[in-house]
This record gives sequence, C-alpha cells and structure tokens, in this order.
Amino acid sequence: MNDINTNSKNKVKVDSILKGFPFSNPPLEEDLYKCVHCGFCLQACPTYVQTGLETESPRGRIALMKGVIEGRLTMNNDVIDHWDMCIQCRACEDVCPSGVPYGNLIEKTMSQVSKSRKTSILTKVVNWLLLRRILTDQIILSGLVGTMRIYQKTGMHKLVSVLKVLHLIPGNLGSLHDSMPRISDKFFSADGQTYHPFGEPKKTVGLLSGCIMPLINGPEMRSAIRVLTRNGVKVVVPKEQGCCGAIHSHVGDLVKARDMARRNIDAFLSKDIDAVLSSSAGCSTRMKEYGELLKDDEVYIDKAKQLEYKVKDINEFLYELPIDPPKGRLESNVTYQDPCHLAHTQKIRSQPRELLKLIPGLNLIEMRNSDRCCGAGGTYVITQHKMSLNLMDDKMKTIEETGAQIVTTGNPGCWMQMNQGTQKTNMSVEVKYVTDLLDASYQAERIQNEPETEGTSFNESAWEEERLELRSQWEKRPGDRRKRRDR
Amino acid sequence: MIDSRIIKRLQAVVGKQYVLNKESDLITFEYDGSVDRSQPTVVVLPKSTNEISELMKIASTAEIAIVARGAGTGLSGGAIAEQGGILLSLTRMNQILEIDPENQIAVVEPGVVNLELTQAVSKFDLYYAPDPSSQQACTIGGNIAENSGGPHCLAYGVTTNHVLGIEVVDADGEISWYGGRTREHPGYDLRGIMIGSEGTLSIVTKAILRLSRRPESVKTLLAIYQDLDQASAAVSAVISSGIVPAAMEMMDDLAIKAAEPAVNAGYPENAGAVLLVEVEGLAELVEEDVADIEKVMSKYNPLEIRTAKTELDRTKLWAGRKGALSALGRLAPNYYLIDGTIPPSKLVEVMSKIKEISAEYNVPIANVLHAGDGNLHPAILFDERNDKETKIAFEIGGIILKLCVDAGGALSGEHGIGIEKRELMPYMFNNDDLDSMSKLKTVFDKKSLLNPGKIFPDKAESATTTFSQSSSVSNTGTGAYI
Repeated sequence: MNDINTNSKNKVKVDSILKGFPFSNPPLEEDLYKCVHCGFCLQACPTYVQTGLETESPRGRIALMKGVIEGRLTMNNDVIDHWDMCIQCRACEDVCPSGVPYGNLIEKTMSQVSKSRKTSILTKVVNWLLLRRILTDQIILSGLVGTMRIYQKTGMHKLVSVLKVLHLIPGNLGSLHDSMPRISDKFFSADGQTYHPFGEPKKTVGLLSGCIMPLINGPEMRSAIRVLTRNGVKVVVPKEQGCCGAIHSHVGDLVKARDMARRNIDAFLSKDIDAVLSSSAGCSTRMKEYGELLKDDEVYIDKAKQLEYKVKDINEFLYELPIDPPKGRLESNVTYQDPCHLAHTQKIRSQPRELLKLIPGLNLIEMRNSDRCCGAGGTYVITQHKMSLNLMDDKMKTIEETGAQIVTTGNPGCWMQMNQGTQKTNMSVEVKYVTDLLDASYQAERIQNEPETEGTSFNESAWEEERLELRSQWEKRPGDRRKRRDR
Repeated sequence: MIDSRIIKRLQAVVGKQYVLNKESDLITFEYDGSVDRSQPTVVVLPKSTNEISELMKIASTAEIAIVARGAGTGLSGGAIAEQGGILLSLTRMNQILEIDPENQIAVVEPGVVNLELTQAVSKFDLYYAPDPSSQQACTIGGNIAENSGGPHCLAYGVTTNHVLGIEVVDADGEISWYGGRTREHPGYDLRGIMIGSEGTLSIVTKAILRLSRRPESVKTLLAIYQDLDQASAAVSAVISSGIVPAAMEMMDDLAIKAAEPAVNAGYPENAGAVLLVEVEGLAELVEEDVADIEKVMSKYNPLEIRTAKTELDRTKLWAGRKGALSALGRLAPNYYLIDGTIPPSKLVEVMSKIKEISAEYNVPIANVLHAGDGNLHPAILFDERNDKETKIAFEIGGIILKLCVDAGGALSGEHGIGIEKRELMPYMFNNDDLDSMSKLKTVFDKKSLLNPGKIFPDKAESATTTFSQSSSVSNTGTGAYI
C-alpha cells in the first residue's frame, strides 16, 4: 500500500534522495549484504554466459544496487540498462549458497526503476493500456487477440511478412511481428464452469486460467483438464479470477500486481477447493509468493498465506496425486525443457520428468542445460529482443542435439518462444506441455481399448471435448450460457 | 587516468564494445570473492592471444599496469586492479580447443570454466582433477595463476600437477610456450614458475591440461563428532596411518550451521564437527580402505559414521562442503577467509588455538578445511560497514597465519598471497628470499606492470624474520634442505 503514496514526489524522504533509492520499499540492505560476491551465480546466469560481462551477472547487478544504496552511483540509464538486461529467471537464486533473495531484490529494484524512468508519453500510454487496462481485463484481451487471430487466419500476417514492409516500423516492433505467437482456434475462458470426473471426485481444484495462456493455449488447457478429470479430479474455474500479476511485477508495477493478487485471493478462497492449479510456471510462482507481495497489507496478508499454501503447479499436483499410469503408447523421442519458474523458483524438476516416464513407448532424452532460460521471460522478448533471440538460438541448438521429435515444457512463455524457434530454424520439433502428452496417451489408451473407433488418431479428442462441454454446461446456470458463445 | 588516445588504441584492438570505462561498469569489476576492492581505470576483454599481445605492447609503451581476471572468484585479491590501470577480463577466451581422449589431454583457453571442462570430457570417462570449491564458476586461467587446490588435491595434487604446458604473453607482448604435451619437459621448468605466480610474470593464454580417468569405485563417508578436537585427532590419525583418501574435509559447527540450510545435505546441526572422507580406486581396495578408515576414526568417539548410499547423497554432501564458505553470507555480510597450512599432525593444537582466539576476541570464526593435507580455512566473520569489526578481522587473520607458520606450515595453501597476505611475507621469508623472487619477476616484466604490488610487501616493512626460507626448517637447523 505504501507505493501508492510515494507516486507523488513530495512523499519521498529527504535523506533517501541524497543517498540510495529514491522511493519507498527499496531492496533491503540486509538482503543485499547477504551477497558475499563469491561468484557461484555467474555460470547460472544466461546473460553472463552470453556476454562474459560482470555487469550482466547477478553479482554485478547486486553490486550496482549496493552502489546506489551506498550513494556511490545514481540510478542513471547506464545502471538501469544492466538491471533491464536481467531476464529474472532466478537461476542464480537456485545456486546461491548464501540464500540471497535475488528475485525479490530485482523486483524491488525494477519497481524503483519504473517509477523514476523517463519514458516518452507514447511508451507511458502503451504501458498503461497494456498493463493496467488490457491484461487486467480478460474480455478486452480476448477481443484484441481475437482480432489478431483473424489477422493470422486471413493470411494478412503472412502477406505482411512476405512483403517485408516491416522495416518501416520504428524500433524492434517489426521483428516482433514475426514472433507473434500462433493464436488458438478456440479460446479457453474462465466462466465459473466446473468440470466433473466420472464418479466421486477424489479432489477438487481451482484452475487459474490466466491472461495470455487461454488465448494461445486453449486446446492445451483443455488437455490439462481432461488429464485431471480422467484422474478423478473435479476442476472449478472461478469467473472472478484474473491475471496473476507476474507480468506487472516483472516490469516493476507492484501496485497493480498487488491488485491482481487480491482479486485472485478472493476468487479462489471463496471456493471450497483442495488446491489451486496453474499450467503456467510463471503464474504458480507468482501465486506462491503472494505473501511476500502483500506483506504490508494487513487485510490480505493472512489470506495470501492461506492461498499460497494451496497453489500447486499442475505437474507437481499430478505427480503427488498420483495419476493412473496412462497405457496408450506414444512411440517418440521426447526432451524436457525446465521452465525457469518451475526449476529455479519452485524447485520442481523431477515431477514433470517422472510423469513423462509413465507414458509407454516414450523415450525421454535429457538436453544440455535444460534449465537455462530460453529467453522468453514476460515482456523480455520485446524489451531485450536481441538477447532474447540469442538465448532462443542456444536453446534450439541444445534441443536439436538430442534428436527429439517433441520438446516438452510447462510454461506458456517457453512454449511461445520455442515455437518461434522451431519456425525460425525450420526444425521439425513439436512443442508440447507435459499434460498434452499425458492426455494423448490416455486418448490412445481409449482408442486401443475401443477398436471400433478405427481411424481416429489420439490427437482428435472430439469425444472427450464434447463430454467436457456437456458437463460444464450442465453445471452452469442458464444466465451464463450466452457469454460462452463469445469464445 | 588513462589518456583518451590510449582508450582509442585499446578499442582498435578488441572492438569498442569490449572496452569498458563507465562508472557503472567499473564498479562491478572492483571486487573478487574476497574483501579487497579497487576500481580499474578501464576493463578490456580480448578474444585472442594476438589481441593480448597487442594490448601488452600498448600498456608497456604507455607504462600502464595490467591485471588479469578470470571469473573473479579469487580469495586473496589477485584479480583486483589495486593501482588502477587495465583490467584484462579473459571471460571471452572460453573455448576448449582440443580434447585428446587417447592421450588424456585437453587444450583450453584461460576463460574456460573448471567444471565445464570436466563436463565436456565426461563422455570419455575423463575429468579434470583439481576441484576448487568454486569450480562451478572459476576459470582455468585463474586456477593456474593461483595454483589452485581443492578437496581432492589430497590424493591428486594441485593445479601444477595437471598442467603440462602453457602459452603465455609477457609484459612486452612476446608470445612463448613453456612445457608441452608430454609429462616431462627437459630444460628449466618455466611452466612451473608461471603456475602460481598470481599474474605477476605473464598472462596465460592457452593451457595443455592433463585429464584423469574416473576411478572405478568411489565411497564417501560422513563422520560426525561431538567436538572439534576429536575430529582433528581423527584426521591426524588417519593420515599418519598411511592411508591416502582422495579427500578428507572437515567442517566445524558454524560452517555446518551455514551450509545445512543451503543444501539440506543431512549434516546434523548440533554436531561439533563433521569429517567428509572420500576414497577412490579399484572396488576391492576402496572397501578395504573404507574399513580401515572407519576403524581409525572410531577410536575418537564419533557420534556416527555414515556412508553415502546413493549418488544423490554423495552429491549433496559435497554440495554442502563446496558451498559452505559462500553460505556464510547467511551468518554475516562478510568473511575474511585465510588458507594457511600446517602439518596434519598439528591439527588438534592449531584448531584449538583458533577456537581460543575466536573466544578471546569474541569474533565468530567458521572453519572449513582440507583437513587431510593440513590446509586450514578459518573464515573470520564480520561486517565491512563496521570499521572496527573489519580492523579486528584482519588482525585476527594475521595472528592465525603467524600461528600456521610457527607450527611449521605456510601462509597460503591454494588461494595465493595477493594483496591480502603480502605484509606477512617477511614472517616467512627473509630479505634475500624476497629479493630473489623480485629478480625473477624483472626477467619477465622489467617495468613491473603485471599485477603490480601483489605478493611482495612494501620494502620498508620487510624482513623481520632471521632464518632462511621457512620457519619449518628451524627445527632441523639452518641450512637444512627443503
């Protein structure tokens, strides 16, 4: 709540102008001085490995924070550039013996930066629109993305790419055009629906739909739900939920991030559920740290902790459930790419792999540096386009080395980035979520058991889809039905 | 200050983006893994030997100091540009140029990370033996400069035993090769002189390294003791029994307290000390050695002796040990870490004296040591923002190092002298010794531009010792052979 007050300059303490960060809630000195600059983090940092520069390393960025706190540096653009270059993958935190809470430090630093950054009015307007209006409102967002879908479907997208008129657009917006993600034919939306398993549910979970994921990963989210219901889990998708706030925190807009957190806390805690699941590693990480985000909010702090306790990544949940081993064979070489926000922040490494190993016929091949960031990182693709592409190229190389036909992951950012990578490099590798393959194996199992449905491949899940639709409509109140057509 | 014309010449050699001299850049190159700090005037990142040769010629003509830096994980201030000048960051020279599995040789550039080399050759069942605790980040160039050790150096020797040949550039920019691909090289061992010279003689630009075959069997034991004395006595007893473990490490209660939350290795947090012992070799011999070691260690009342059951257990035990020093950040903002050595038989005596010093000054000292070869690592905890604490920490460091020398040991086992221990050099060497060393430096670096000021004390304060070379010979009498 403090931040709201400090938006106006007269609230800034005088001594902090002379020395240190200018706004309230800066990175804590005691956290900064946990860093003994041993350098263990260096090789874990993707930007250090790319550049070999101390300035682009976690230790260097902390030195810059210390420099500002000690009054030896001012927060000028030279300094900010190095913090901006941080992709916030938090691989450094994972290897730090001293337990430096780097994620928290850089988040608070970026919050200082975002308040003091001198940006053009245009950027400010775009930021405001994007972060405060669009991402926070799923109806506006799906409307916009729906328009993009038409743009892609009608061939406009291809035409513009082929005509090479993009260099007319200033900045790197032109190159971003080509990295526009494939938009789902069918969106997913949180309409307060419930998906029932056959028989008595073993567990009931709330599903975070998220902001971008339901629009680019509609089918994938349905796969995940099928895997859950197949394993006796009842899935509730509260209508009141919204974006988890991760993207806002990433760019330092902690005020809005807190708003989003409060909204989700209310949405999920009001439901009688055993766990809150997300298929997006970035979102589950953000939600697992709502307590830290809201620690100065007296009203919400306890509720935040309560929710944190329930949040699980979907792979983590399925592994602990445990699931029925699927029996449908998927003869394929598969590799797994650790999303930063699963491996480094949630320490979830073995669970997705163990789930994949359950699938008969699937051969899991480990790639080199599977937990090095692929370069996605929220808005990083836009703000640090070049570095993002370099990291993507490295990732595609290590995928190619494995000879796998499918690369699996657990985060929409990684999914988009690697999809773009396969397009750019013309690699014939499919990018899938772990739950996609589990679902495929369950589908194949059904087909194996019911030979009369010959000709149906495991990808065609029409039957299951229909069942889900029926179930959810049955559950929903009549008033909601009209809205569902928006999809 | 460096003339802008010189900056332009440096840029012409390596490219504009690889010459850094903004305040925000320099502040991140002012430290290493230890406590000393100083900003270089300019940071230059070359990509090849020829570029380094060109840079050296520029520096030599303009008489600018030049300090080499790898990953900046050093613990004696070796990579700190104390007098300003050019900081030569070698991180861009990070290519493994050749792997020759048949002859068990690798040729690498100095910026290659120690652990990455081991990972790269593991498919041939080979590894690079020296394993400093910072091996996940530190570079081969830095290892050569400091003649780094590591836990497994007890059995396999330090860096110099694994470097066959090096390409170097001297202060005039001249490129030379010392040593080669063979184990023995006739003539003077100039390779040996370079290794451990802390960047004061030449810059290493390529290295031919010896790789080792992975042993058939590895067993790791964790012995837990109620107090430090018993653990120290157990180490002395194992070493004097003639068994050579691959590694024999000790951690005291404070170190355990820091490391355990970091890795959850399963170190009991109430123990006074733990010993981590590793035995490697042929399976039958390993079994035999483990049994013998357990028998000896049992005589000193261990609370428990565990064997790592799985590879994961083993990895965790080692992660705890290797991360122990860095984990001290959990206890205090800074530590002053020294690496004096003593004869293993003096462990009990010296360790208990360190405990006394800690109590007397009321300053916490965490101990993590390569116990088997008597290489102590007391880490004196302090807060650099408190001047008094800082002063006392350094004072205690000096006392402990003198203690090591008095016990017949040395000022440094593997971290180097650098800035940190140079004022103590006269405690171990007399004027003649130090003069001979300085003369050697002038052979390669007439103008004293390479890492100036390191290793040697200020002339005025030198020579307090009366005996030749090391006090370790004083028991045998003067003129004794070392």
